[in-house]
Amino acid sequence: MSFGFSRAQAVALVALVAVIIVAPGLVYPVFAMKVLCFGLFASAFNLLIGYVGLLSLGHAAYFGMGGYVAAYVAKTWGLSAELAILAGGAVGGLVGLVFGWLAIRRQGIYFAMITLALAQMIYFFCTQASFTGGEDGIQQVPRAPLFGVVSMQDDMALYWLIAGIFLAGFLLIHRIVHSPFGQVLKAIRENEPRAISLGYRVDDYKLLAFVLSAFLAGIAGAAKSQVFGFATLTDVDWPMSGEVVLMTLLGGIGTIFGPVVGALMFGALETYLAPFGDWVTVSQGAIFILCVIAFRRGIVGELGNRLRLVL
Amino acid sequence: MVTIFGKPLLLLYGQLTLGLVNGAFYALLSLGLAVIFGLLNVINFAHGALFMLGAFVAWGLLTYLGIGYWAALIVAPCVVGLFGVALERVLIKRLRGLDHLYGLLLTFGCALVIEGLMRNEFGSSGVAYDIPHALKGPLNLGFMVLPLYRAWVVIAATGMCLATWLLIEKTRLGATLRAATENAPLVQAFGVDVPRLVTLTYGAGVALAAFAGVLAAPMNSVNPNMGSNLIVVVFATVVIGGMGSILGSIVTGFGLGIIEGLTKVYYPEGSAAVVYVVMVIVLLLRPAGLFGRAA
Repeated sequence: MSFGFSRAQAVALVALVAVIIVAPGLVYPVFAMKVLCFGLFASAFNLLIGYVGLLSLGHAAYFGMGGYVAAYVAKTWGLSAELAILAGGAVGGLVGLVFGWLAIRRQGIYFAMITLALAQMIYFFCTQASFTGGEDGIQQVPRAPLFGVVSMQDDMALYWLIAGIFLAGFLLIHRIVHSPFGQVLKAIRENEPRAISLGYRVDDYKLLAFVLSAFLAGIAGAAKSQVFGFATLTDVDWPMSGEVVLMTLLGGIGTIFGPVVGALMFGALETYLAPFGDWVTVSQGAIFILCVIAFRRGIVGELGNRLRLVL
Repeated sequence: MVTIFGKPLLLLYGQLTLGLVNGAFYALLSLGLAVIFGLLNVINFAHGALFMLGAFVAWGLLTYLGIGYWAALIVAPCVVGLFGVALERVLIKRLRGLDHLYGLLLTFGCALVIEGLMRNEFGSSGVAYDIPHALKGPLNLGFMVLPLYRAWVVIAATGMCLATWLLIEKTRLGATLRAATENAPLVQAFGVDVPRLVTLTYGAGVALAAFAGVLAAPMNSVNPNMGSNLIVVVFATVVIGGMGSILGSIVTGFGLGIIEGLTKVYYPEGSAAVVYVVMVIVLLLRPAGLFGRAA
């Protein structure tokens, strides 16, 4: 199969598409859409941690800003669905351009701390800016019609749009990872000084990867705000940055399908534990500890290792 | 009324002391982070949670055992320090030799567990802890009236920072610690029990956070979120100062507190973000941090 998929990956992709098609018959469509949004968000995050080795602890900024912008333009300007979601992605990418440019000046742990601190700046901005609605967020966002004509009021109509966006983003990430550009990213992850000595402008590669990741995170956040009809501070605050790390870690860092599986597990966990209040936080922390101590490959990584496949 | 740049002098003094108080917490916490990072190569994300735990232990000592503030200043850091020792022995130790990022993720998980459990137990609003009797009331300095407790926090934190600095820079134990930071295998070859040193260092760094927590307990309510609100600012402090120098951490912490206080006077809307703005400026001008060495 062209497009850079190995046979095992092609089989997994077919299975994924099949699951997406039957999912709305099995679970509540809004839940399925939430998982798809988180899946795209985690895949975008994984592009950085898995293929460039950069741990961003501030991805909530791009996800949350994408959500706010899409909600604002859909509600106030009455833009159509695809434009609102693209606008969210564009702003996410723009914020990512500035923050990435600043953060790639430092490596490793410092990089993580800088992205976290910069994201917190966005959080404070969102608490005070007038367009975000402060503590209330942007409520009662209408589901914008696709291309201005196809109504998205029905959950199933919106589901196919979200599924399409998810698949497009997912395939784009796969394409990026398997392009010559992606090979250079992996070289940077494995040995940055060597990549520099081979003549690659490492900072340019890192920055472009960062912007792509932030753009896709913005798209995911924008899609989520269209699904739920609101954008609030929750999506831009630092626990969300931690949650995307958890999804990716649980599913498998550096695997194409891992973040999607992680997002599904995370979504299920969050939904079923929701009545138990802060036990959600406790169990998230416990999973973090468990994954880091005993399960660093994650579910898909472990599976791939057992079956000797790259998934 | 006396004014400076159009602002009443008393307001300025008030915010400056408050800035010093905040700076004291930044300094104590970033100091602990720097000491831990130096030897363990782990950024202790649980630092904020352990700071909060220190405050809650002080509250628990008073409520259940009737042990007051002064004793809590010593007992609570010891209790939390022991907890830290256990944490290092059971969990963090297993990560030796792995990428630094795993240490960050592990301690992040620990922070989530600790904070989640405390929120389950005490709710988000938290509990009240009274200012000890001897530190109640105002202190009239002639040119301004200073709440006595704030003065005490600044003095106690400064004292603790200097004691830590002296311990690390001027004692034999500190010399061993610095040597192990530079080259652990070599120090081990000289017969020093490095793994034990690592465990004790983590315990001591955590105890510093708990000490700060006890100091913070009477300032606002003792609540489960007090640490996570602070830790991001402390991370920014660490990025600004760089973790190479103990004195650097202290100076950066207090300096940022003062800058934050001044911002509250002249541009209140920006006070929450000013630390991050300073971080951006430092990253542009001196990417390795004010006191850091280029990697």
